[in-house]
Amino acid sequence: MAEIKFEDALKKLEKIIEELEQGDMSLDEALKKYQEGLELSRVCSQRLENAKKKIDVLTKNKKGDFELKSLGEESLEEEK
Amino acid sequence: MKDLFEGTKHSETRHIYSVAELTRDIKAILENTFINVWVEGEISNFARTDKGILFFSLKDNAGLLRCVMFGSLAGAVKFEIKDGMKMVCFGRVGVYEKDGRYQLYVEKIEPKGIGSLQLALEQLKEKLEKEGLFAPEHKRPIPYLPARIGIVTSITGAAIKDILNVLERRFKDAQIIINSVQVQGEGAKDDIARGIKDFNRFNAQVLPREKVEVLIVGRGGGSIEDLWAFNEETVARAIYTSSIPVISAIGHERDWTIADLVADVRAPTPSVAAELVIPRKEDLQEKLTGLQGGLRKGFSDVLAGSKDGLADLNHRLGLAMEHSWVLNRNHLESAVKKLLLLNPAVIIEQSMERIADSVKQMAVRMKHAFALKDSAFRAAVDTLASLSPLNILARGYSITFKMPEGGIIKDAGFLSKGDSIKTRLDKGEVISEVREIVRGRE
Repeated sequence: MAEIKFEDALKKLEKIIEELEQGDMSLDEALKKYQEGLELSRVCSQRLENAKKKIDVLTKNKKGDFELKSLGEESLEEEK
Repeated sequence: MKDLFEGTKHSETRHIYSVAELTRDIKAILENTFINVWVEGEISNFARTDKGILFFSLKDNAGLLRCVMFGSLAGAVKFEIKDGMKMVCFGRVGVYEKDGRYQLYVEKIEPKGIGSLQLALEQLKEKLEKEGLFAPEHKRPIPYLPARIGIVTSITGAAIKDILNVLERRFKDAQIIINSVQVQGEGAKDDIARGIKDFNRFNAQVLPREKVEVLIVGRGGGSIEDLWAFNEETVARAIYTSSIPVISAIGHERDWTIADLVADVRAPTPSVAAELVIPRKEDLQEKLTGLQGGLRKGFSDVLAGSKDGLADLNHRLGLAMEHSWVLNRNHLESAVKKLLLLNPAVIIEQSMERIADSVKQMAVRMKHAFALKDSAFRAAVDTLASLSPLNILARGYSITFKMPEGGIIKDAGFLSKGDSIKTRLDKGEVISEVREIVRGRE
């Protein structure tokens, strides 16, 4: 669950709410969905709090293949 | 005519030019006089040679000026020159001696009224619009919360700084991938186009979840010349053919380039472009809070919705439980019974009973067997008795024994004359001496 994309988690959560709102769900199933929804919203909150920036530079190696090189904050400053 | 020869007396002072001389003098005068001139007129007879030299005339209602524009100067003209256009040209007048012709060697050419860049822009805009590059139906939506954002700009420029600043104060969950390109000067247009194509090629090589979902193409503010690369056709086409949606982010709010027209979304500045794809944390928090509320409400609605059915459910639950209790009780009872039967004490008792039964039965059977044996025995004894030789003697038979051994004589051959024999009768015995042997049949 930790690997889920933030957007996907939001979408899933929205879908669960929709399903609940349709109301033709057994109590048991509704409870299950509700718990799943709570877990998703917990994951989203966590992702909101703990998001880390990731900045890469697209480069090509000698073979002409693409490579992503992490961009340090310093290198940006130096080049200025 | 007469006058023409009047001056013969001055003939010794008259100077006759050679054509070359005169032409040279004219050339000198013209070329020294009209060094830096601006001249305006309408284009006619426009032609471009294979080597890129431009030939045309500038004319107005009374005159015509031949013009030529060479190599690199001609290549720098951004717009397309066509007959009938009103132009202002700058250059020098030169004389081509062999043809005896003067012409304007054009260094700059500008449309009259508007700037040349403006004209170039208008022309390209018209062309691309006809081709449908700006068509709204070609615009793709920008993905919401893209996980990967590709940026085509100079890594040393202002745009990337602005974008990273936005990232810093917003939701940093997205991965930013920078493809650094030259954004102004010679080669910028090709570099920018390549940068866009690179991302498309990159996407073709990586897993679906690693694909770049949106591109920001742009640069910080500058003069129209600085931004010019974004007005180039090659950049416009690269944006148009990109399979990744493109947000243009060029210069400031007031700057509109061709790239802005082709892009799926035009952001007035790089910062705004970043804000379009990098959401505010607070907005997401708010959205999430809203969703959490929706989740609770949705669930409680399901609860409320089933409230009416709840009493029924409760009743059914009671019934079910009662039913199950009865069932269970029956099960229990039969189980207890089974268990009791399986009690070792009971088993032992039952076994003892069975043993006692067996013993009884055995006694009965033995008694019976005894009775059977007893009667058989008696019968045997009777038979035995009837077979006793003594009984035979009673019927008049006798038995002869040889003396003194006492063996029973069944064959006269075993006796000799003079042997003693004893004969047993039913009552008493007789001792006799053998007088004669009579051999019986063999």
